Amino acid sequence: MTLADLPLGARAQVLALGGAGAERRRLLDLGILPGTVISVESRSPLGDPTAYRVRDTVIALRREQAARITVRSEI
Amino acid sequence: MSEHLITPEAVGAPTAHCASCPIYNSAQLVKLGIDITGYDYVVALAGNPNTGKSTVFNALTGLRQHTGNWSGKTVSRAEGGFRFRERRYKLLDLPGTYSLLSTSTDEEVARDFILFGRPDVTVVVVDATRLERNLNLALQVLAITERVVVALNLVDEARRHGIEVDARSLTRDLGVPVVPMAARRGEGVPELLAAVADVASGAYPTRPRRLPLRDPEIERAVAALTPQIEAAFPGLPNARWVALRLLDGDESIARAVADGTLGAAVAPPPLPVAA
Repeated sequence: MTLADLPLGARAQVLALGGAGAERRRLLDLGILPGTVISVESRSPLGDPTAYRVRDTVIALRREQAARITVRSEI
Repeated sequence: MSEHLITPEAVGAPTAHCASCPIYNSAQLVKLGIDITGYDYVVALAGNPNTGKSTVFNALTGLRQHTGNWSGKTVSRAEGGFRFRERRYKLLDLPGTYSLLSTSTDEEVARDFILFGRPDVTVVVVDATRLERNLNLALQVLAITERVVVALNLVDEARRHGIEVDARSLTRDLGVPVVPMAARRGEGVPELLAAVADVASGAYPTRPRRLPLRDPEIERAVAALTPQIEAAFPGLPNARWVALRLLDGDESIARAVADGTLGAAVAPPPLPVAA
């Protein structure tokens, strides 16, 4: 499953990061690496983007970005 | 009267102990504001956004109305000066970034200054409450230059959250001085000055932590490319990093290699140190 599939409040561990080049680099720089635990904090009224908590910082990702992050649900 | 009377003559000259004394060191700081003429050393300030970088900048230069304007194409650099232990320093505030490798203008400005501006010291301001996130940038800076001091800022806030960072171990792990600070309250400023002065003069030999590549194939490619870069740009201090950027398809570095601007990153011979 991907990060985009997680419901509000769920926690998951990153397994793999898709994408390439600058876009992928950006996610790595935001602290999203294989093994990182991410939780779903809140969702905008239209369902996109979604706020995720990554290493004690809340960051917003668009659905298409989140869909490139393969995760394993923790709860 | 005692034989060991302390006279002005006897206490006038600073001893070796003075160099490590915070009171002595802060008394040596002369804030020069925007006066940056005739400097001996250039110091760059790097760091993630919201780490108190500008607070550190103001604490050293005495400037107040400092607002960075780095967005878009019209990039103006925030600069100031200070004097410490008879040396004049020019301080440059780089834009706050999480990385030096992505494609935003801010990151390119910061990266290009560290690479081509050849600062004598780069101070990486890190947030003690979010150390893991902040070390990404610190390690990226260490990959480009070995003349680094890490300002471990916001230790007061970290303490309130029950976080105590072991600066000594971090110094050992990173191979460069790590100075705990609460810049807002002026704590750690004298120690930061002393560390910057020691790294600038070469009195503190740094041994920067460089991450190994886990992929033998990339390692082979880097090993093949690095000597070619060194041959084209003799004296380049970070040929291995340039090789990695080329292999990663970094277009701006590829351009700098092709048109020769990378030559600006070759360090000139060090300044003679006056007695």
